[in-house]
Amino acid sequence: MNYDLPAEHQALRETVRDLAENVIGPVAEELDRTSTFPLAIVGQLGAMGLMGVPFPAELGGGGADILSYAIAVEELARIDSSVAITVAAHTSLGTSPIVLFGSAEQKERYLPELCSGRRLAAFGLTEPGSGSDAAAIRTRAAEQPDGAWVIDGEKMFITNAGTAISGLVTITALTAEGETSNLIVENGTAGYEPGPPLHKMGWHASDTRPLAFQSCRVPAGNLLGPRGNGFRQFLEILDGGRISVAAIGLGLAQGAFEQALAYAQQRNAFGRPIAKLQAIQFKLADMETEIAAARHLLYHAAWLKDRGRPFAHAASLAKLYTAELSHRVVNEAVQIHGGYGYMDEFPISRFYRDQKILEIGEGTNEVQRLVIARGLGV
Amino acid sequence: MKIAVCVKEVPDPTAEKRIDPDTKRLVRSGENTLNRYDRHAIEEAVRLREGAAPGAEIAVVLVAPASASRTVDKALAQGGDRSVHLADDGLSGSDIVATSRALAAVLARDSYDLIVFGQQGSDAECYVMASAVAERLARPCVTQVAALALDGSSLKVKRQVETGYETLEVSLPAVISVSDAINEPRYPSLPAIMGAKRKPHEVLSLADVGLAAGDVGVDGSRTHVSALSKPPTRGDSVKLEDDGTAAEKILAFLVERKVVA
Ligand SMILES: Cc1cc2nc3c(=O)[nH]c(=O)nc-3n(C[C@H](O)[C@H](O)[C@H](O)COP(=O)(O)OP(=O)(O)OC[C@H]3O[C@@H](n4cnc5c(N)ncnc54)[C@H](O)[C@@H]3O)c2cc1C
Repeated sequence: MNYDLPAEHQALRETVRDLAENVIGPVAEELDRTSTFPLAIVGQLGAMGLMGVPFPAELGGGGADILSYAIAVEELARIDSSVAITVAAHTSLGTSPIVLFGSAEQKERYLPELCSGRRLAAFGLTEPGSGSDAAAIRTRAAEQPDGAWVIDGEKMFITNAGTAISGLVTITALTAEGETSNLIVENGTAGYEPGPPLHKMGWHASDTRPLAFQSCRVPAGNLLGPRGNGFRQFLEILDGGRISVAAIGLGLAQGAFEQALAYAQQRNAFGRPIAKLQAIQFKLADMETEIAAARHLLYHAAWLKDRGRPFAHAASLAKLYTAELSHRVVNEAVQIHGGYGYMDEFPISRFYRDQKILEIGEGTNEVQRLVIARGLGV
Repeated sequence: MKIAVCVKEVPDPTAEKRIDPDTKRLVRSGENTLNRYDRHAIEEAVRLREGAAPGAEIAVVLVAPASASRTVDKALAQGGDRSVHLADDGLSGSDIVATSRALAAVLARDSYDLIVFGQQGSDAECYVMASAVAERLARPCVTQVAALALDGSSLKVKRQVETGYETLEVSLPAVISVSDAINEPRYPSLPAIMGAKRKPHEVLSLADVGLAAGDVGVDGSRTHVSALSKPPTRGDSVKLEDDGTAAEKILAFLVERKVVA
């Protein structure tokens, strides 16, 4: 057993931390306030190989492992969750379906631009009427005599589908009664329209939209993997996605903890820094303890995946734990900030708003518990 | 073209500097890292390779303890092609005279067209290593280079001086130190970070570069620190609590001292 992070991973953490603190940090508040998608930052991350960390370098990706990916996302979320989810959704939800299930032609056509971050990819499973209950999707893709597909339906809450550099969305659709398949729809395809950006509680600088498909025709070659594999494919995609959402929870908690620690040492009440009050010290001690536990859970899940071992259960544990841990940590971090924590001039209020989605997206806390319990065989 | 970039390992600049009262040396046992001024030197070498000197080979050269591998990897991730690392216990306690002798001995093993330094070390802040090494190698030297252009076998440089800029031409081979205004170092890419360990690393001992123990370290040094003390606190400082009139008071203070008219 070796608990030392390899030197490369440490160097990666240092680099992403430096970038997050010095390039993203200074603009995070403004991007959030103005709900501006961070195009320039995505460009810089792409040039560094960070828009496709676990994908081969030959394809423009970072050529690194899942642990590297988790560390990069964690460090981004320590400063700004909107940027972190943009990277995570693009990598785990948008690009990985094509890496995992794409044909040689699909990989050649899409991966160089996606792995390098010149184009963004999205994944559309959720619909206005179905989220956790993914089997209840209504979007249909009807096969045409020439093999093409005509898609009709709506998707909801989709990340990265409508930015200036969005290139495609992979959607899950019914290709027959009780049969789901995934299809690639390129931006600009007639009949496919990303709606206006949704107004959200947090993740303001991340792109979230409803998508509409009306007689949207895509060629036969846009079917992802074998017909009828839609369900199995998205379950596998979501397993991987849980690692990156857990990394966001961990990074957000770490960032909130550090802000609370710094604030507690500089804020005086009753003649001394509030960090000298035992009530505050206990909060800080709890935070550090739980964050340390979360990091072990997450890195273990990444470690398993990197070794090609079953990792889905570990990823669910990490996702559930970090979702709830980040809630507790950011809540107490705002508490430690007192009234200033409620003001937008301190980043902690943004962290508070950015946290809640981590308990909802890519499997709610409840669904995560269902998955974990299923793993117990009960 | 062969370029050497000399880099230094320094104590983490965010940690407080401590002096060991017995040895009177900077304590280097904490976290160490690549001197931030050297990132500008590596970046400038990489820009030459990307621009006027395609195919240029960039060697990262350092005199540092054997434990400096993180610093070496950082410099390589930033764009160096290989590292040449003189690591020998006998080097401990070297001053500028001894360190420049060691560096010059390492550099003399190869025929570099250009040797690039950062402007200063963030630990000792001496600013003179480039000049000292150039003197030992009998090469022309330009310090505080704020812009450069390669022109055949010479380098046109803009040099930052107190009164403005000097424009000079220096023939290669030469030694330069670059100012931290010369460029904005880019972040290393993920493949570069992951690939740093796999680049050629050459680790040398004093014997490998033809030096004896007495040439470097405490024995080879010409300076000896006999005592260290804090600078006297300045008695004439004025502390203002801003009650809304601080700006006026500061202005009056500056006018009185004829700093502003
Ligand atoms: C900002 C944002 C970005 C998103 N990005 C994407 C994206 O890129 N792609 C995509 O496909 N989706 C995306 N989503 C959708 C997200 O994955 C869903 O919101 C999530 O899966 C929950 O689905 P729902 O909203 O339909 O809630 P519902 O499924 O309606 O759940 C409502 C409540 O019921 C509970 N519940 C449901 N079923 C059960 C059960 N069996 N047992 C116990 N409790 C249950 C849930 O836990 C929850 O508390 C995004 C959502 C948001 C808010």
